[in-house]
Amino acid sequence: MAVKGKIRKISGPVVTAENVSGLEMHELVMVGQDELIGEVVRVEGDAATIQVYEDTVGLRPGEKVEGSGMPLAVELGPGLLMGIFDGVQRPLEVIQSLTGDFIKRGIKTPALPRDKDWHFVPLLKKGDVVSGGEIMGTVQETSIFQHRCLVPPNIKGKVEFIAKEGDYKIEETVCRVSTGKGTVELKLYHRWPVREPRPYVERLEPSEPLITGQRIIDTFFPVAKGGAVAIPGGFGTGKTITSHQLAAWSDAEVIVYIGCGERGNEMTEVLLTFPEWKDPKSGRPLMERTVLIANTSNMPVSAREASVYTGITIAEYFRDMGYNVAIMADSTSRWAEALREISGRLEEMPAEEGYPSYLSSRLGEFYERAGRVKTLNGSVGSVTLIGAVSPPGGDFSEPVTVHTKRFVRCFWALDSSLASMRHYPAINWLTSYSEYTDYVESWWNKLTSNKWRFQTLKAMEILKREDELKEVIRLVGSEALPEHEKLVLETARLLREGFLQQNAYDPIDTYSSPEKQFKLLSVILSFHEMASNAISKGVPASRIVSMPMLADLAKLRMSVENERINEMDKFQEILSTEIKRIMEAKS
Amino acid sequence: MALQMEFRGVTKISGPLVFVEGVSDVGYYELVEIRTGEGEVRRGRVLEVSKGVAVVEVFEGTTGLSTTDTSVKFLGKPLMLPVSDDMLGRVFNGTGEPIDGGPVPFTEDYRDVNGLPMNPYSRDYPNEFIQTGVSAIDGMDTLVRGQKLPLFSGSGLPHNLIATQIARQATIRGEETSFAVVFVAMGIKHDEAAFFKRSFEESGALKNSSLFLNLADDPPVERLVTPRCALTLAEYLAFERDMHVLVILTDMTNYAEALRETSAAREEVPSRKGYPGYMYSDFASIYERAGRIKGRKGSITQMPVLTMPNDDITHPIPDLTGYITEGQIVIDRDLHRRGIYPPINILPSLSRLMKDGIGKGKTREDHGPVASQLYSAYARSQELRQLSAIIGEEGLTEKDRAYLRFGDAFEQRFLSQKFDENRDLETTLSLAWEMLSLLPESELTRISDKFVKQYYKPK
Repeated sequence: MAVKGKIRKISGPVVTAENVSGLEMHELVMVGQDELIGEVVRVEGDAATIQVYEDTVGLRPGEKVEGSGMPLAVELGPGLLMGIFDGVQRPLEVIQSLTGDFIKRGIKTPALPRDKDWHFVPLLKKGDVVSGGEIMGTVQETSIFQHRCLVPPNIKGKVEFIAKEGDYKIEETVCRVSTGKGTVELKLYHRWPVREPRPYVERLEPSEPLITGQRIIDTFFPVAKGGAVAIPGGFGTGKTITSHQLAAWSDAEVIVYIGCGERGNEMTEVLLTFPEWKDPKSGRPLMERTVLIANTSNMPVSAREASVYTGITIAEYFRDMGYNVAIMADSTSRWAEALREISGRLEEMPAEEGYPSYLSSRLGEFYERAGRVKTLNGSVGSVTLIGAVSPPGGDFSEPVTVHTKRFVRCFWALDSSLASMRHYPAINWLTSYSEYTDYVESWWNKLTSNKWRFQTLKAMEILKREDELKEVIRLVGSEALPEHEKLVLETARLLREGFLQQNAYDPIDTYSSPEKQFKLLSVILSFHEMASNAISKGVPASRIVSMPMLADLAKLRMSVENERINEMDKFQEILSTEIKRIMEAKS
Repeated sequence: MALQMEFRGVTKISGPLVFVEGVSDVGYYELVEIRTGEGEVRRGRVLEVSKGVAVVEVFEGTTGLSTTDTSVKFLGKPLMLPVSDDMLGRVFNGTGEPIDGGPVPFTEDYRDVNGLPMNPYSRDYPNEFIQTGVSAIDGMDTLVRGQKLPLFSGSGLPHNLIATQIARQATIRGEETSFAVVFVAMGIKHDEAAFFKRSFEESGALKNSSLFLNLADDPPVERLVTPRCALTLAEYLAFERDMHVLVILTDMTNYAEALRETSAAREEVPSRKGYPGYMYSDFASIYERAGRIKGRKGSITQMPVLTMPNDDITHPIPDLTGYITEGQIVIDRDLHRRGIYPPINILPSLSRLMKDGIGKGKTREDHGPVASQLYSAYARSQELRQLSAIIGEEGLTEKDRAYLRFGDAFEQRFLSQKFDENRDLETTLSLAWEMLSLLPESELTRISDKFVKQYYKPK
């Protein structure tokens, strides 16, 4: 029975309703004549407070409020991929066809297309005993993605009917299960409340890296599949480009990208560029494995709050099929600010900087929805969560960054001074960290005959030494340094310019395969070894540093394609001959 | 349409807010007319409404209002602005009423000033290069059509000069059409407004401009609707009349102050430095009205100006702006002191859309790499300048000294130009190569050999 009542008060996106006893927490409600979508956030006596997901201009006290009897939920089924949705899963493409180029209010449209045929291949037989999470059958959703249609998690029983292979629309019944409480009709999709994590059997330890093709990440601060990462950075430090790069190149089977309270043009950029980018493995457009959720900064603030939950629920659904999913939330700070704004309207007692006291627990709940799990059907799937954080003034001691750090195990700190030198990605190698290194070490070691960890430690040592030397140079100048230290500076420069920097817009440099990353680093380190040997033999550092070949070494990342990394061996040979020649000339 | 109701007497007056009791059927954000005891009519809007009580924000301020003599009329609709082509060449006050002695624009077309959010799916990606004739911007932080690129300035810096120079010189290469300019003054001084008006008149741009003026002695709350009125006109001109519109908003700092004032009067929980927690969303509802739409010819390019309190770029106003806009042009006090005009510090400046507006077929193939090399070389020269202040130039290598020479030349010749000097892109790029030619060839690691061979000419 739907509860009906009236509006008592309106303040920004928050509406108070009266005579609505029976409304439940987080129940979806329709507000006003236009039936704006809202969600109950507080219940008090016969009154309820509702956050409205649409603009409330013109709402009047006395207009109707109607409950829907169910919580805010998303539709999960074929048709998610290649879609672009708003924060409460309304397809923006359909909205455009309904209201034109500007978003009007009170639009009601289903999330998934109702009229599209999907080719369903059944996997169950009549008489099978099934339980929640099992695969009923499959649908080839895009050319690179097979959608495994799941039995909704809370259902258990015996299959009475299963549809034959053929084309079905998502509202058609493809399976009937007789449960203890009667027969249930299953369709190609089901609904799931966004604020409730989807169930799984058990959590597993992460073991495999999420390869992103970004050198500083994969080599120095790797994230494991099922991990949680934060990318904090002030404006202009390249958070968004980094998120885009990860969405484009990560070796996950499904990408969910949430544009939460960010720029409209950025979503447009994603919409225009993703279809052009090809998956390095299959050669198909990356868009075919991507779900976009766009709630830009000028769209209603409470839908921004909902958008991260919408995104993570969709990600969990794909995980339950046994896939590896990566989800980017850009930016979680906007979500936290939406919480703050609504909390302020609810006149709650604020904690730090006006944020509500439950900020930390909400962040914790959200990041804990990442993970590698054994799903209900026994397969293994993962959700890797990458949250961008936009700290005000680039100050990492603000509440959102501080609380986020407690719940993530990998931290890619974007640095505005690197960004101002146009060192991209501007991930600071001294303040970033990853606790997943130990988990992924064996994977890398297998690929590199056990040299990976040694090599990264060595490179990091040189970079750290450079940082210390910079202090010294500030006092005495670089000319006064010992010869070996001068070489450290040069190698560090090569590491920075030739390895850590990566140009997202260069067709070759934008993605580095793990093999190329390893080889590139070993060329630079072998230069260091050869040169330091030469310097020990009395060759002045200036002779080494002025070698014209070093300019080419710094550009190897852009000149050698992933498929032709053997060219680097040749380069290394020539380099070693050249250094030998210099040594001989000396003696 | 709802009936218009008039109420006599108000319950409470606090700052710019008036509390009216006993009302019914009042809509959120609806427009209100307030009549003072003397019969003067002011306007306002409903900020909060609950059964029987409405909180009204009065645009013209509450001075002279009393709880007994004031009457309040609810108009049953939000603030609407009449829009038409005739509004070009005219001057309006902060709520869109003509103040140049001319008639009210004749039109039936009224628009809600709050606008509607543009569907991200309908947006077209901005990628057409706008030549501003200013080397620091064209060369290093290119502006494109449909972008929002703010000037981050400070009190006493020449942001107004730069903004007018851009408004006057902005063109699209190979196109005759010029920009229509919508100029929005929020809390600026009379003489500043006069300066803008005069320079538009002198350059003949006035006939193609609309000015919305809310000056420093105008009521602060009116400032909250001024940019919305102006952008409503801009949207009409761009998306229905196919014009390319450049909107200059100055000064956003005054706008934010007005926002804080209203928030404090409503006794809201403040976030950083007393500004309301929704300032980001509020800014976004202004800035995000820039852009282009697929299938429509026109565009809105925004250039907001803000003065950073105490030159602090981490202050909430520039900080939240920077998170929404597509980059920023930072005006630097130190460069200004050294007599360099325009004193644009390229290091903290950025144009996020530059990469898509430049390059082959748009500007020149070497533009991107050249800009990137100039950035890193200038950053290096600034580091070395600090270093040489401690250890003296003798402690530097020959290469380092080349960087110092580059840094000086870059500021004196590349950045510096006259207020009326309109450099085309070729001039800017050849100047850039002149600067790069002061460095040894081996330092040009960001530029491919092809371009180095073609353009690098050391003396």
